[in-house]
Amino acid sequence: MPVAASAIYFLNLRGDVLINRLYRDDVGGNMVDAFRVHIMQTKELGTCPVRQIGGCSFFYMRISNVYIVIVVSSNANVACAFKFVVEAVTLFKSYFGGAFDEDAIRNNFVLIYELLDEIMDFGYPQNLSPEILKLYITQEGVRSPFSSKASDKPVPNATLQVTGAVGWRREGLVYKKNEVFLDIVESVNLLMSSKGSVLRCDVTGKILMKCFLSGMPDLKLGLNDKIGLEKESQLKSRPAKSGKTIELDDVTFHQCVNLTRFNSEKTVSFVPPDGEFELMKYRITEGVNLPFRVLPTIKELGRTRMEVNVKVKSVFGAKMFALGVVIKIPVPKQTAKTSFQVTSGRAKYSPSTDCLIWKIRKFPGQTEPTLSAEVELISTMTEKKSWTRPPIQMEFQVPMFTASGLRVRFLKVWEKSGYNTVEWVRYITKAGSYEIRC
Amino acid sequence: MTVGKDVSSLFTDVVNCMQTENLELKKLVYLYLINYAKSQPDLAILAVNTFVKDSQDPNPLIRALAVRTMGCIRVDKITEYLCDPLQRCLKDDDPYVRKTAAICVAKLYDINAELVEDRGFLDALKDLISDNNPMVVANAVAALAEIQENSSRPIFEITNHTLTKLLTALNECTEWGQVFILDALSKYKAADAREAENIVERVTPRLQHANCAVVLSAVKMILLQMELITSTDVVRNLCKKMAPPLVTLLSAEPEIQYVALRNINLIVQKRPTILAHEIKVFFCKYNDPIYVKMEKLEIMIKLASDRNIDQVLLEFKEYATEVDVDFVRKAVRAIGRCAIKLERAAERCISVLLELIKIKVNYVVQEAIIVIKDIFRRYPNTYESIIATLCESLDTLDEPEAKASMIWIIGEYAERIDNADELLESFLETFPEEPPQVQLQLLTATVKLFLKKPTEGPQQMIQVVLNNATVETDNPDLRDRAYIYWRLLSTDPEAAKDVVLAEKPVISDDSNQLDPSLLDELLANIATLSSVYHKPPDAFVTRVKTVQRTEEEDYPDGEGGNSESPAHVPGDAGASSNVPPSAVRPPAAAPAPVADLLDLMGMDGNNSAIVATDIPASPAGPPLPVLLAASAGQGLQISGQLIRRDGQIFYSMLFENSTQVPLDGFMIQFNKNSFGLTTGAPLQVPLLQPGTSASTLLPMVLSQNLSPGPPSTLLQIAVKNNQQPVWYFSDKIPLIVFFTEDGRMERSTFLETWKSLPDSNEISKDFPAVVLNSVETTLDRLATSNMFFIAKRKHSNQDVLYLSAKIPRGIPFLIELTTAVGTPGLKCAIKTPSPEMAPLFFEAVEGLFKS
Repeated sequence: MPVAASAIYFLNLRGDVLINRLYRDDVGGNMVDAFRVHIMQTKELGTCPVRQIGGCSFFYMRISNVYIVIVVSSNANVACAFKFVVEAVTLFKSYFGGAFDEDAIRNNFVLIYELLDEIMDFGYPQNLSPEILKLYITQEGVRSPFSSKASDKPVPNATLQVTGAVGWRREGLVYKKNEVFLDIVESVNLLMSSKGSVLRCDVTGKILMKCFLSGMPDLKLGLNDKIGLEKESQLKSRPAKSGKTIELDDVTFHQCVNLTRFNSEKTVSFVPPDGEFELMKYRITEGVNLPFRVLPTIKELGRTRMEVNVKVKSVFGAKMFALGVVIKIPVPKQTAKTSFQVTSGRAKYSPSTDCLIWKIRKFPGQTEPTLSAEVELISTMTEKKSWTRPPIQMEFQVPMFTASGLRVRFLKVWEKSGYNTVEWVRYITKAGSYEIRC
Repeated sequence: MTVGKDVSSLFTDVVNCMQTENLELKKLVYLYLINYAKSQPDLAILAVNTFVKDSQDPNPLIRALAVRTMGCIRVDKITEYLCDPLQRCLKDDDPYVRKTAAICVAKLYDINAELVEDRGFLDALKDLISDNNPMVVANAVAALAEIQENSSRPIFEITNHTLTKLLTALNECTEWGQVFILDALSKYKAADAREAENIVERVTPRLQHANCAVVLSAVKMILLQMELITSTDVVRNLCKKMAPPLVTLLSAEPEIQYVALRNINLIVQKRPTILAHEIKVFFCKYNDPIYVKMEKLEIMIKLASDRNIDQVLLEFKEYATEVDVDFVRKAVRAIGRCAIKLERAAERCISVLLELIKIKVNYVVQEAIIVIKDIFRRYPNTYESIIATLCESLDTLDEPEAKASMIWIIGEYAERIDNADELLESFLETFPEEPPQVQLQLLTATVKLFLKKPTEGPQQMIQVVLNNATVETDNPDLRDRAYIYWRLLSTDPEAAKDVVLAEKPVISDDSNQLDPSLLDELLANIATLSSVYHKPPDAFVTRVKTVQRTEEEDYPDGEGGNSESPAHVPGDAGASSNVPPSAVRPPAAAPAPVADLLDLMGMDGNNSAIVATDIPASPAGPPLPVLLAASAGQGLQISGQLIRRDGQIFYSMLFENSTQVPLDGFMIQFNKNSFGLTTGAPLQVPLLQPGTSASTLLPMVLSQNLSPGPPSTLLQIAVKNNQQPVWYFSDKIPLIVFFTEDGRMERSTFLETWKSLPDSNEISKDFPAVVLNSVETTLDRLATSNMFFIAKRKHSNQDVLYLSAKIPRGIPFLIELTTAVGTPGLKCAIKTPSPEMAPLFFEAVEGLFKS
């Protein structure tokens, strides 16, 4: 049964109900008390996001300082429920202007009631796309008193658009300058053993799009991925151009992309929503270019001293540089004193997280700065157990670099009026969970 | 929503705002109606007109809003009026209205299934499947699927024709619509392999969708159809296609990852090939939440093979040094399970375990010993060389399971361990204090030792043990086992040897393997709760709605009077605690003259049998309001109400046990309250077997222990039993139960008291909806509640009645009722020395006037 929820509650961290909505009659209004008593006030919190108490099941998620709890008593679709919560939060954020937390909820009660009424009916999720809802739920979220108020008249054919075949774009948009911005954002996930062998490595990328296009344009996107290129060369019956091709392990698309056509013709064609959205997500595990190599040596010299040497090597082009590089090197809890030497950036000891934090604001390619530190420990008698070393973690951003090597080959825009468009493409690679065991 | 305040008293005022032009305001009024219509069913009828009008509004948003809201108001009277607007809206020009109406049919079915069938809504709904708007189709499918689920008759059967139509609609639907359609279609059984292949071909593009629910529903559908497909190539190809989307689910939010992992666990059991090469993606990240880590570990064990075991073992070893104790234990156990599963890797697994034992972290050692015992069972006489290492950690064992495992190992290999008798002896000293698990193992191990080494030492030991395990124990299991050994040893030691030292069957790792038929059932439920719990839906979904509801509808007329009506409407069980009794009671169950609940419960002479507690049948009379719903009480449902009988206050309570275990040892306690109400005798509830109920009358007394602050009707109750945690819930104290039998006043006293009280003590309230049809019946009714008639006078066309009542501690209430017989509107003014009681008084008497 695709029912996703019988009731939805928004609780603050203390367990007070901020706002709630009952969609079905099969759960009592006081069920949230059971959640508070049996989950929130016990150690159970955070051990499992799906729990059964009595005849009801609870799914919960924490978003900033709010718990969103869904209660059902039937065999509901859990995947649907969680996805609904995620999408609803995105929707609220777009109405409130970015933030979703306890204050935002308190400031927007009426709006949230109205939205909750619209986005789910009898436990079945309805249209959650912010673009369309804003057509006829015209309340402004409370942001600043100076924000300009949109025109008050609801669009006359709003209902047709909600249910229309292109349920994510409204008609009659006009822009003076037709522009499309493409952001290719990749995050590299790495797990490397202390000996330097890669245990797991993958790239999850997404293509974010910002469209300012008039009318109902049809877009087609070409990437340098293997399947797409092969198909293309087949169609045009000429050999594929030489050059690097990328094998995508998996792709998922925004609902605007015609999946059937992708399946048969391997082309990404779509009518985009207006404004910003996430066009596609992909995953790559083969042939990943790691932007950084980390070579740690941590020696425990006796019971009270430790020597830490970490070398970080940037392996991208020399003309590029990484920004905001942070390397977190774990040290034992009983650390007393540290002293550092770094060839670049700054390092400090953070007692609250038990690690050395080494920050390099601008990190050029093909360089290898090092950190060497001496750590003095308090000798303790009780510490029988040897120190279990958490992995070294790294954060970074490398603009104009893709770990996968993915490139946008073309972006074609067709519209009846035949206007010209300007396309902008940016690439950036970030660290996902970049971990090196030591 | 109102910070816990009950704002139902504003009902009429809010309903007056309903006709506003402002859409936002209208929505809020509607929301109010959804929440409070149930507590004011009589007033809710006032809203009907506006609803019907709104459902014909030129603005489609308002039409849809009206129908949507009406469906959410579960009041019978409103439901009747819903039919016509719904019929219109199902054929509305605007798709937005149609899609809302489609869902509304499901709502109506939930309230009154018969009505839906009689009015032909089901056919109208089926017509919507052919609608040209995909969202209408999706909602109609969702509604039909739900109706089908709750009905025993075939209503929505997917034919070949609908299948094609729905598969086409799939392309144009919103993401949620795709989920509805895929879930409904997963019930379809393809005729042959060719059809199955066709369906799968249409569904596979959905695997690329960004919405995890769509992906999982598509996977479900494909897995089900794959059963029919015979071509191995096609199956292999499909498996290849399903792997990447499943892996991608693991980059979503952790909660979604958890749902995905639980489902992948099932998929891997059914078709291990799909993810055989993807084991690396299940390696745990340091920052994964614990629930994700645990599930990943489980899948890693399932995917471990001779090819990847080295890598997997390295990972497990890494996890075994992490911080979270539960996770570490599971990792150690995982190593053991791999050893049992993969014969060729067993040796490597054992060496990893030995390395871990050397770290000497207590819980790691204990867990390792537990799994090594299993490894010994699996590969007997192969790895005994490590026993010496194990024995070194003997002293650190403090958990029963680890201790028992170690003792088992010593007993099993007693002939190989030189000092086995010494080792066992060290345990024997504490025999009486050990937990049963360890005692049983000690007993068996000692017998084994004796049979293997029948020397003097073991002989003494066996006597001590047998003595301890028979004469000095209360544990029947232990005693029985000891007597069997004793008898065996004393009659025929050789036979004993054959029995005790017999060859054991080889074990395999079947922990967490599901039974194939259960697995198939769970796979048909992918993405739902059932697949997360790994339980079939009927194991945790208790309500079967329509069947029970029709049963109940059969009751009232057939039985007549206030006899057997099932205590609770199952669908309402959770919510009815805040519903006044009149809404729950089947209308025909209340004969006209005996009008209110109190009379039925308190004055009806036949009911004295209620006190007998061991009869599982539900008590006569209307159901008591539910205080603790079965859903909140883990299967225990408590209903109750305060009543007054023979000058004493009782708490009439009903306990229903729908758990799987008998419940006993019930106790009750009341929190301090404004009246000092507390128990006069202990609660007497007999042992409650599963599925039975017991009712009781608990005498109540008034103590001096009052809670401070303004008087409130709140009564907080705690009930506990021996099997469950303490349940807390609350009830309302109806002031009427305090009206004493000596409340009658002489006319003169009444007048004097009235005059002596200052005017500020006079409080009045209007009850605009109350109609008194006959003064006499009203007075009779009030008299049974100990409100006594004093005088009556006529004032123009209105009757003015004077009554008196008294509550304990001698507080009188002087009451003046003004009304015109037969027309709505009643004014009630009271004068009392404790004006703060007035709101409570009005609340209490309102019910009396109404009926």
